[in-house]
Parts: sequence; C-alpha cells; structure tokens
Amino acid sequence: MSTRPVGEIVAACEEIFEDLSFAKPREWKAAVPGRKVIGYMPVYVPREIIHAAGMLPLGILGGGADMEVIHGDAYYQSYICRIPRSTIEMAINGKLDFVDGMMFPSICDVIRNLSGIWKLLFKDKYVRYFDAPQNFREEVGGVFYANEMRELRDGLAKLGGREVTDDDLRRSIAVYNENRRWVNRVYDFRADFPWKAPSAEVYLLMRAGMVLPPEEHTLLMREYLAAAEAANRPMRDNCRVVLTGAFCEQPPLSLIKSLEMSGCYIVDDDLLLVTRWLLEDVPTEGDPIENLSRAFLLHSAETAAKYEPDVARKGSYLIDSVRKRKADGVIFAAPSFCDPALLDKPMIISRIEPLGIPYIHIQYAENSSQMQPIREQSGTFADSIKLWSAS
Amino acid sequence: MRTFIGIDLGSTTTKSVLIDENLAVLGRGITNSRSNYDVAARVSKQEAKIAARFTLFRNALGKDAEHLLSDLERNFRLEQFLSALRQLEETCMGYLDHPRFQGTKAALRQALESVFRKIAVEAQTIYAPGAGRKSDFFRDIAGSRFMNLAEAASREAGIPFETMLNIYDKSIIDVESQVDPDETVAAQMRSGLTRSLASAEGAGVDRNEALSALGKVLAIELEETYVVGTGYGRVRLPFPKEQIRSEILCHGLGAHMMFPGTRTVLDIGGQDTKGIQIDESGIVTSFQMNDRCAAGCGRYLGYIADEMQIGLHELGPIAMKATRVPRINSTCTVFAGAELRDRLALGERREDILAGLHRAIMLRAISIISRSGGVTNEFTFTGGVAKNEAAVRELHKLLKENYGEMTVNISPDSIYTGALGAANFALRAVDH
Amino acid sequence: MSPPEVVKSLSQVKQKEMIGRNYDRITGGTAKVSSTFVPGNLNELLMCFDIANNLPEINAIQNAMRKKSGEMIAEAERSGHSEDVCTYVKADIGMMAKGNIAPNGKPFPDPDVLLLSYTGCFTFMKWFELLREQYKCPTVMLHVPYAADGQPTKNMRDYIVKQLKEDVIPVLEKVSGVKFDIDRLREYLRKSAIAENDLVWMLESSKRRPSPVDCYFGGVYYMGPIFTAFRGTDEAIEYYRLLRAEIEERIALGLCAQSPDGDMPEENYRLVVEGPPNWTSFREFWRMFSEAGAVVVASSYTKVGGVYDYDGFRHDPDHPLETLADYCLGVYTNRNLPTRVDMLARNIVDYDADGLLINSIKSCNSFSAGQLVMMREIEKITGKPGAFIETDLVDPRYFSSANVKNRLESYFQMIDQKRRAGGSAAASGA
Repeated sequence: MSTRPVGEIVAACEEIFEDLSFAKPREWKAAVPGRKVIGYMPVYVPREIIHAAGMLPLGILGGGADMEVIHGDAYYQSYICRIPRSTIEMAINGKLDFVDGMMFPSICDVIRNLSGIWKLLFKDKYVRYFDAPQNFREEVGGVFYANEMRELRDGLAKLGGREVTDDDLRRSIAVYNENRRWVNRVYDFRADFPWKAPSAEVYLLMRAGMVLPPEEHTLLMREYLAAAEAANRPMRDNCRVVLTGAFCEQPPLSLIKSLEMSGCYIVDDDLLLVTRWLLEDVPTEGDPIENLSRAFLLHSAETAAKYEPDVARKGSYLIDSVRKRKADGVIFAAPSFCDPALLDKPMIISRIEPLGIPYIHIQYAENSSQMQPIREQSGTFADSIKLWSAS
Repeated sequence: MRTFIGIDLGSTTTKSVLIDENLAVLGRGITNSRSNYDVAARVSKQEAKIAARFTLFRNALGKDAEHLLSDLERNFRLEQFLSALRQLEETCMGYLDHPRFQGTKAALRQALESVFRKIAVEAQTIYAPGAGRKSDFFRDIAGSRFMNLAEAASREAGIPFETMLNIYDKSIIDVESQVDPDETVAAQMRSGLTRSLASAEGAGVDRNEALSALGKVLAIELEETYVVGTGYGRVRLPFPKEQIRSEILCHGLGAHMMFPGTRTVLDIGGQDTKGIQIDESGIVTSFQMNDRCAAGCGRYLGYIADEMQIGLHELGPIAMKATRVPRINSTCTVFAGAELRDRLALGERREDILAGLHRAIMLRAISIISRSGGVTNEFTFTGGVAKNEAAVRELHKLLKENYGEMTVNISPDSIYTGALGAANFALRAVDH
Repeated sequence: MSPPEVVKSLSQVKQKEMIGRNYDRITGGTAKVSSTFVPGNLNELLMCFDIANNLPEINAIQNAMRKKSGEMIAEAERSGHSEDVCTYVKADIGMMAKGNIAPNGKPFPDPDVLLLSYTGCFTFMKWFELLREQYKCPTVMLHVPYAADGQPTKNMRDYIVKQLKEDVIPVLEKVSGVKFDIDRLREYLRKSAIAENDLVWMLESSKRRPSPVDCYFGGVYYMGPIFTAFRGTDEAIEYYRLLRAEIEERIALGLCAQSPDGDMPEENYRLVVEGPPNWTSFREFWRMFSEAGAVVVASSYTKVGGVYDYDGFRHDPDHPLETLADYCLGVYTNRNLPTRVDMLARNIVDYDADGLLINSIKSCNSFSAGQLVMMREIEKITGKPGAFIETDLVDPRYFSSANVKNRLESYFQMIDQKRRAGGSAAASGA
C-alpha cells in the first residue's frame, strides 16, 4: 500500500463518514454471495463473534447532522434523544436494507425499547438485544455472559448457514486484538502529539472503523499514523482536555472541530468506546468465549451504562485517563435527554472536584448547529486553564 | 328559516359560520377575541347573521347586481363604523363627568370632539370604494386613528396624551362589548342600500325592486335552531356542555366539508399545531397536537418577523426569492433569532435564511403529522400559515420527498374550518 | 380544606393502617431497613431477614400527592441534576436534602442496605448509585436481564438465582444478623400466591359491564399491598379478601366504578390505559375521566410491580429462588415491546374496551420510548382508536390541565362519533 498524505487519508475517511447510503459495506456484501452484515449500536458488543461468523460488524450511530428526520419523529416523543429517531429514519428510508441483523446493547431504556420496535417493524431481520452483565464475578456474571455470547454465536451461525467454530473465534479475537492495539497507538500518538493528530481527523479515522472490515481499518490506521508522523504541523498553545459523555449519540463533527478551534486539545474521549472497550489483549488460546467473558468482566472500560460495584472506584476510569494523558481538565458533553450521561455526571463531578480537576458541561444533539455558544464556553475554559493553572 | 351556527373561539380571533339545513353556508363572521369570550361569541354570531342576510339578498337580486352588492356591503360597513364611532364618542364624553377630569374637562371635551370629527370624515376615505385596510376590526381602525390624531390634539389643547389614552382605553371596552340589536342592523342595511342605489353603482337596478327585496330578506327570521361552540379548552366556553365539541373534531369535519376527499389535515394556528386524520365521513380517527411549544406554530414566524423588524405578511414573499434553502437545525423558537443573526453575520442572504426558517417550521409541523398517523391523500392545510406562500412551497417539497405525489388543498376560507365543522355538529344535534 | 370524604370502606381503612404501620416500622429505629424498587420487589425475601421494606418510588408518589414533590425536584436540579432525567429520582434526592421526612412526619433513617433490584429500568442503577454516595451503606446489585425475546431464558433465570444465592442472601444475612431459612421463604411465598389470586380476580372484575371498579385510578390503590411491603403477609391476604367482598357487593348492586366524588352514575366509555398516572394532579386527572363517565377497565401500570394475569404467574413456594427470578423477569417494564403490545391488545378485546389511551410520561424512558409505535400497532390489531397525552410522574410543571382535557374530550367525542357512524351508517346527517 502506498502511503498517501494525511489529507488524502482523512478525505477518504470523511467520504465514508458522510455516506449515508453505506456504499462501502454494500460493496463488501455484494463482493461475495452469501455475505451478511450485522449492525450494532453503542456502546459495546463483542464484534469478534460477528466477524468469526464471516459477517461484517457495522457500527450504527444514527443519521448524523445532515440527515433530516421526518418519519422518525412519528416514533418518538420530543423528550427523547435523536439517535433512535434518525436510526429508524434510515431504516425506513431503505438505507439499512442491506443490513441482515441488528444488535442493541444494554445501554439505556431507549435503545432497549428500540430493539422491540425493530422486532415489530422488521420481522424478517435478526434482532438481538445484548445484555451485558452487571455482575462481574466469573462464576455468576461470567457464566451468564458466556451463555449470552454462545446464544449470539448460535444465532449468527443459523443466520449465516454455517457453524462458527472456536478456531474462527480465536482468529477473530486476534484480528480485533490487533485492531485495538492500533486504535490505542493512535490515541497514544494523539495524546503525545495532539497537534499532529487533530481530533476531528482521529474521529473520522475511528468512524471509518465502524464501517470497514477490521483488517482494512487496521491498515488504514497504520497508514494514518505514518502520514501524521511525517506531516509538519505547527504546535499550538492549547489546553488538554478529556471529553466524556458522548458515548452513544454522537456530537456533530463541527462540535469536535469547534472545541479544538477554541483552544482545547482533546487528548482522550469516550466517543466510539467499542473500539477500545477491552483494555487488554484477549487471549487467543483456550476457550474463546470464556476468554471474551473474562476480558469483559475484568478488563473493560467504565461508562455510565456499566455498574460500578465498588463505590470507591467510581469515576476512576476518567481520573486515570486524566492522569495518564496529562489532561488539564474535563469536558462533559452529553446529548440532550441522555439518562445515562446526565444521571452519572453529578457523581463523576463529585470525584474530580476534590482533585481540583476543572471541568465544564455542554449539551448537544447529533444535529446541533449552534457552535458559537459552545466555542465561547470551551474557549473561556481553555483560557481560564491557561491563565490560572498552577503548571 | 332554520339555521345552525358554529362558533370557534380562538385566542386571537373568534369565527362563526351559519349554515342552513342543507349544509349550505349562508354567512361567516369574524371578530377579535377580546377578554370576554361571551361577547366575542355574540359579536361573531351577529356578523355571521349579517353575512347571511347579504347572501340571501344576493340570491334574491341575482348575478347582475354584483357591483351593487359589494357597494352595499361597503356602505353598510361604513354605517356600522360610524355608529360605533358615535357610541365611542358618547362613552368617552360620559367619562368626563368623573371628578379627576374636573380641571381639564373643557379642554378634553374640545380635544375629543375634534378627534372624533376628524375620524368621521376619514371614515369616508377608509371605506371608499377600492380602499385597502390592514384590519376590518373597529378596534384596530378606530384605535390607530385615535392614537394618531389624539397626539396632536392633546398637544394643542395642552393636556397629557396619557389622559386621552386612558379615556379611550376605558371606553373601547364598553363599545366593543355591545352587540347591535337586529333592528339597528336592519336600519343600517337599508340606509346603506339607499346610499348605494343613489350612487353610480346603483345604475341599472330597479330601486323599488331592490328595496323591496331587502325588506323581504330582513323580514326572514333567522332562527338559531342550534349553536355549537368550540375552541381551545383553556377558556371556559360560554355554552352549556352539550353544545360544545372539541376543536379537533370540528376542524376535521370542517375540512371534510370543504374537501370531501381529504384524509390528512394539518392546521397551523398562532399558538398550536394540529395533525388530524379523518375517514371518508369526516370522523377523526387519530390526532396529535403541539400546544406546548412555539416551534412549528405561527408564533415561530411571529418571532422571526419581530427579529427582522418586518411585517408577518412580508416573510413569505421575501423567502420566495431564495436561491437555496440552507439546513437550519435549531427548531427551537428561542434560537431562531440567534440563528438568523449568526447567518446574516456570516454573509448569508436574508432570502435564503428565511427560506430555511420556513422549512424548519414545516419540518416541525410534519413531525406532528407523522405522529398523528402519517400522510394519506388528500392533504389539507389550514390556518394562518397556509396563506404564507413560502411555507406552502416547503410543504409541497416535504410531502413530495417523503410521501410521494399528493393533492394539497388550501382554502382561502380555511380560518373558518373549525366553525364550519361546529355548524355541522349543530345540525347533527337536531337532525341526528 | 379538602372536599367531603367519601366514606372509607373496610379495605381502605385496613390499607391506610397497613401503610401507616409500615412507615412507623421504618422510622421506628429498631428494624433494619432496606430500600428497593417496586419492579423486582423481593418483599418475601426481605421478610426472611426481618428487614423493613422502604420503597423510594412510593415515597416520591406520597410526596407528589401531598404537593411537595415540586420543591424537592427544584432542590435536586439546583444541586446539579438535569431537567431531562427521571423525576422520581429527583424527588427522592430533593427529599433527602430537605430533611428526609417520611409521610408520618418522622425522619427516614439511613438505610442499612440498598437492594438494587435492577429490573425493567436503567435509571434504577443510577438512582441507587446516587443514594449509595449519600448513605455509604452496603449496596447489592441484582441484575435482572431484559426478556428481549418475549420469553425469559434459562440462562437469565439461572443468573438471577445465582446472584440471589451468592450475593443477595449473604449480604442480607450480614446486614440483619439473621440466618437465611428457605422454609420461611416458602411460607411467605405460599401466602403471596393466595393474595395474588384475589388480586387477579379484582383485575378481571372489570370485564363486567358496568365495571365495578376503576383499574387505573382505583387500581393504583388496590395494587398497593401486593406491590409493596405486604406481599407474603397475612395482612395482604386479609386486605384482598376484604376488597374482593366489597367488589362482589358492588357487582350485586350493579354499581359503576368509584370516582373522587362517589360512584359514577353511568358508564359511557371503557378504556385501557398504558403508562403511569400523573401523581401531582391525580384527583383532577381522575375527574376528567369520571365526569365524562369514563372508566379504565385495564391498565399496564397495575402490572408494573408484577404481572399475574397475562401468563397466570403465581409465586411458587416449591421453587422459592426460581420463582423470585421468574417474578422479576415478568414485571411489565421488563417485557419486550411486542409482548406489551399483545398484553394491551388482549386487554382491549377481553375487557370490551372502546380504545387505548396512552399517558406518556416525560421523564420515564422505560415506559415512554416506543409508546407511539405501540399505539399504532394496537390500533391496527384491535381496530379501536388510540389517544396520546403527555404528562409526568411527580413534576407539577409538566401537567397542563387544559392540554390534557382538550385531548381527552376530543378522544371521547371521537369514540362517540365512531359509535354513531357504526350504528346507523345510512342515517348519518352528513
């Protein structure tokens, strides 16, 4: 593969990002008869299993800023977030007609009930609600979860008409281990040299990962890193922030750009958590389902939708991230009406406040277009950190 | 003759429709709602009856007398105006006996007299043939003229403007709550007809025939066989319970009467938006309303007009000149102004931004329609916003893009839709 | 001060007594106290450890009906909670901030344990995480998986039973100092089943014309004992026995359902209602129905703390832990949307209803997300019309009388028009 300049790579990613007709995954599916595509919503599903079944995991994150919602509004009252309505809009408009199944992780009641709506509307599609365990003991939650994954594997095997073997799973685990390693490398690179890897670019790169097969995505990330390292970009006097709360309904790209424009380097975030949910490599030896189960129970990230059994550890993931990435502050960015993000926030704030970590809070919808007030707020935040911070 | 009346009490205007037992519309009346809904109902009902008499008169004279009839109506309105003006003057003068005006009584009397004399003279111009008016309501016309003339008059007479305003404010309420009795109306019509017959418009019409025909029409008893009221439930309607029907049902039935093929009705009023699905008999099968949020209601456009400091009626024509329709995502009225200012500052054209804002309001309206059960051919669009060509254009586009080819019905009388349906309910109440 | 009281029946008196005694027990200072949720309320299990059962949802309802929830919510929002989130939570947080006073005027004690019965609602998790911050007491998570495919699976059931054995019971033992005796649980479960039979009888009594009871406004009172601290007790059995006798008498007398102002003179509309009621304007809301002669013959909210009619579930003393799991898995909000649609559609047919009314609660996503789809599906299946109103649980800012009344009246008139058209198609005046 030739190394393209960073601008070209990003442009290719942006094209994928903007394409609501999903040309790339359609191409992938058409290339070999019998191929299947399984859509999944935030926050986390074990994509390895989908991959092992020979299918393409397709991250569905709503219709984004440029999609008008007409039919979708017939499904939801005004006080519910936008991601389910734009997702339904896409489904009704035929944009997802090539998707053979949908997975709805246990993130909140809106997405939970969306799985039911899908069952009512699309009776011929494979629909699976994926209940991650909130008990993290191997003999309890682990057993439940392993069985859940086996049900998923069996369901996909039936859908695909072929068995999904343990070897298939081990191979897919390896592929995603590799993918995750590169995601982490990109994130590490950005944290170390944020001027060389603007967040809008990193975001587009990761969004491409929602749509491309993991092997292709891994290569794309390698290419980007090399090109970004090579590019000569000026360093700016920005403050360093961790963005948290945007783990489901995505902010518009203009919001990410606006934050950086206003003087903040995003050195860590929880956008597209699925790419980095497991914090360590999953073993490729032994029972793959048990391995995935153990990985989830013992080595996964923290998010509002996941119970923290130890009150002392609440907020620790964010604090660790702030420390590891040497961040100056935190930006809570929650979608309007998002129960998980909004209910969790006061607790997380109560953890970071005593540590003197400054923060601000912004609210958005996936189609927000008023960026000026956000720039004001984040700009002021950045200035205050630069002027008043001890360092 | 038996007549059936529907009265729709809206927050800004009250409408009445009078039909006969064959569902034929004889007259429509409209007045501003005022603070006393009882009065608003009576006034609009009276207006509808007046209109009914004109209709009957028109039917009696035939098509050739059209120019006479429009002249008659003009003259009648003039008579009405002058009569109300006289009442207003009398009422104002009546307040002068109050002890607080002791010192300024004489000066006030003179000032008021001069103002009213001037308005009476102006009335001829205001109601001249072909004259256009922003509003037909006495309160609006008399009020604006009074304000204008009283400023100068008060200065000349050396009395505070507020005092004259004060007296006006007290008096207008009294005058507005008066509903002329039928005899007065009849006299005004005769007098108006006499004037018209004497003028150029009266040429070619037999004077005696016309007067005799009017006499017969005035003699017909318009029996109020049944009256049904409707309107937003917020206000306690001045009718007994059996005579009230929900505005949703009245609106659905009214739309059906105007367009029997319609199945989906969208009404965008000033304060609320309704999405109504009806069946082939005009019965409502499902509905949704937005009455909590200004986005998607007429008020949204009101805010925009205020922001841009132009008249509401100017919005549409400007938006029609747009060359592109930008995507405006903030559906909240509160941010519409900010969005507007932002884009103007970025150099976008006023016409384009307005087109985008019109699309935004129609998107919200289509949301309500979606929730009410979607869009089924034929589609009827009613309410004040239906007169806005830019809004209508966006509606056509949205419907075509999302629901395919569709017949879109818009009636110039759509503001009477609710009252029309109510009148039908009145008939059904009696004739089952 | 308040309108003249309708004479209280024996069951009402008993219920009031039971509730009062329970609050006294909670605030009394001698018993250990646990907080848990109505969906997934393992009252029989708590009883095995002599633990008093405090239900924050019920406390929020009590505060709302006493018109205190508004200020509590404002307090919670001042301290940083979003306008968009569940008002039960905010009312509870606000109540804590304002002295945490129980309906009997005494302060609530800090709970000894939070039994986080994570059933049918995501917000429960956050609610108890928030309480845990405040109280710093033992918190035990019981994860009840969502019955996404309609029927719960063996995996789900086994998971719950395991959690009970390995987490819940040991924690309750530790907190209470009482050793778990499974036979004691069996005994309570046996009693639960008896009361449940009468509960179902009560629910089904509305199939009659006229319905002797209202199964929404009246129903929320009747379901009290079975959903709260009394399931498994002799008192609950007694309550439902009394209630049944009272209803039987109403049937014998041919009475229509009760309203806040006495028995309804006539029954004009029979409705099935989906969604929780509004609590801050409860009586006013009720009157909008009763004054039009509308009775609710079945509702989904009366199944929020347990579903006993749809699949005939009864607590089974022979499989004590499994039956607790089944109970949790079967509560209304843990059912998938197609099942909820089926339940409501059957209600409309079985209870001879004129249609479905959905009271959509702004701050409750568990109930609300998907109700628009449910309404359309049920309309399709039953051919009966649906109506949609929007209010809230305990935030008085989100109840607009005029708004609601307008929609209800339109709906009743819609039903009238349909009846008229159906009855005499040829004689229509149009």
